[in-house]
Amino acid sequence: MAYKPPKQSFAGQIFDVITLLVLTVGALYLPLYLGLAGAAKTPAPIANPTWEALGQNATEQQQWAALGVTDPAAANDIITARFDYSFSWMALVVMAILVIGYFVLVVRLSDKEYRDVIAERFGVKKR
Amino acid sequence: MVDTKTAPGQPERLQLLRVLGPAHIWALGVGIVLVGEYMGWNFAVGKGGMIAGLIACWVAGLLYTCVAMIDSEVTSTVAAAGGQYAQAKHIVGPLMAFNVGLFLVMAYTMLEAANAITIGFLLDTVAGMQGHSGLHQQPFIVLCIMFLAWLNYRGVLATLTFNLVITAIAFMAIIALFLSVQFGVSSVPLDFSAVTTDPMPYGWIGILASLHFGLWYYLGIEGTCQAAEEVRSPARSLPYGTMAGIMTLLIAATMTWYVCSGLIPWEYLGQAGTPLFDAARVTGNRGLMVLLFIGTMFSTLASANGCINDASRAWFSMGRDRYLPIWFGAVHPVYRTPYRSIIFLVPIALIFALGAPLDQVVTFSILSGLLGYTFMTFNMVMFRKKWPLDTIKRGYVHPMHPLPTIVLLILCATAYVAVFLGYGTQLIAMVSFYIIASLWFHFRRYRFVRRGDQFTMPWPRPEGY
Repeated sequence: MAYKPPKQSFAGQIFDVITLLVLTVGALYLPLYLGLAGAAKTPAPIANPTWEALGQNATEQQQWAALGVTDPAAANDIITARFDYSFSWMALVVMAILVIGYFVLVVRLSDKEYRDVIAERFGVKKR
Repeated sequence: MVDTKTAPGQPERLQLLRVLGPAHIWALGVGIVLVGEYMGWNFAVGKGGMIAGLIACWVAGLLYTCVAMIDSEVTSTVAAAGGQYAQAKHIVGPLMAFNVGLFLVMAYTMLEAANAITIGFLLDTVAGMQGHSGLHQQPFIVLCIMFLAWLNYRGVLATLTFNLVITAIAFMAIIALFLSVQFGVSSVPLDFSAVTTDPMPYGWIGILASLHFGLWYYLGIEGTCQAAEEVRSPARSLPYGTMAGIMTLLIAATMTWYVCSGLIPWEYLGQAGTPLFDAARVTGNRGLMVLLFIGTMFSTLASANGCINDASRAWFSMGRDRYLPIWFGAVHPVYRTPYRSIIFLVPIALIFALGAPLDQVVTFSILSGLLGYTFMTFNMVMFRKKWPLDTIKRGYVHPMHPLPTIVLLILCATAYVAVFLGYGTQLIAMVSFYIIASLWFHFRRYRFVRRGDQFTMPWPRPEGY
């Protein structure tokens, strides 16, 4: 006997649409908006910057000039900014568990649903 | 492009026309991806330096070669519209298909937002060069997204044909810049001194970290399988077209790295919004500047247009299958487009395009793509296990299985670590989003799904079920 899904009301559909919107914006945009996410690239400007002190040779100085930057002070932040790649191994392990756990969760729950699909499409398997 | 085919004793069923050849598949893949050469890839240089940028380009190329090999086998057999979404439905199960659908929607919607940000930034830069600095970018971002959504609302065929033309122009612009620089047009010489004086500013960890944005060179090439149902000979066209696309992009990516790294100081390149246009500015040649301005505009518009098209179709497919409210499964009575899906995704693209920095938006797109590539690894293993080679006719059998799957899995794991270095919060936010969405689907949404309708291929019962 084929499974007959219930008919979803219009209000129920609206509720689901709003849920998805809140999920998307809440999970992805809010961390950005609240400043909780962001690349850890921090400038370390030097005092009294010159092109030489910033490690830029004559050709590179020409390139900066062609890009509209003639004052080394204006390039100070860009040249000295670096990512901070120090990390805790614990955070890396948590990340790995989260990603692996996510796929395990999805595959296991999918398998349950897939058995329904196969049973309905091909009939219940005789033992 | 629909046709009707009726088997004896079967009700009439609408089918897509099979009109595409390998060249179309090549053009489709390169067309979606080419914008990756015009912006975004250069953040790999910022994360690891010049050498890291080049290594990331080639390692990501290897990752995508594995993706293309695996995708060619599965897609040439599951020749159904929807690409990986249809594959997941038949091989893994409905929840995986829902997740793959979301991967596609998020990757394409974030890429669309990134394209709109780039257009606003480019116009601001050009206005500044003309003495009108301080241009408000937001109206142009809104205009770009709204205009392309309107085009998609009205119909798709003409806009996608136009896409191919403007993509070809954008590709020729890269070749022209490379050749011009080689023949001495630039007033500033190429300078690779940073390769010797500061080859690895972050050491080996920078090389690892740069793989994150190296993916941007090729992200979306797997979109070739979206057209599986419209290809004349999937067994021949899909592998040839996709692999030729990867080779083209590898060459274009290497040329882009060479020109940009030689003409732009790596510290500037690592945070530039429009690196190829900036390289043209450094040459001092007005013709090249105009050409690369046009190339950047065309590649971003073409990509954003393709993204709206693909994201809305994935959302529409999920609505039609009741994975999402059926309201999204509606087709416009006049224009025959999934108009509700197109409209629904506009505010999401706008929120990110207007409120998030380019590198963050690019990261969200990359992460959704990366989750999709991880899915391909176990999907391939399950495909061979559930239907061994002699049980169903495959259009194409990729060689050396399971080597490409193992290499892809290792490279995906490496890429997760690369994203974690510097963008760990986004990674956790994105995976948390998919976990919550999965629980929502399984425990609330799945009861509205018709079980038997989720398997439509004429295959035997999968082994083990």
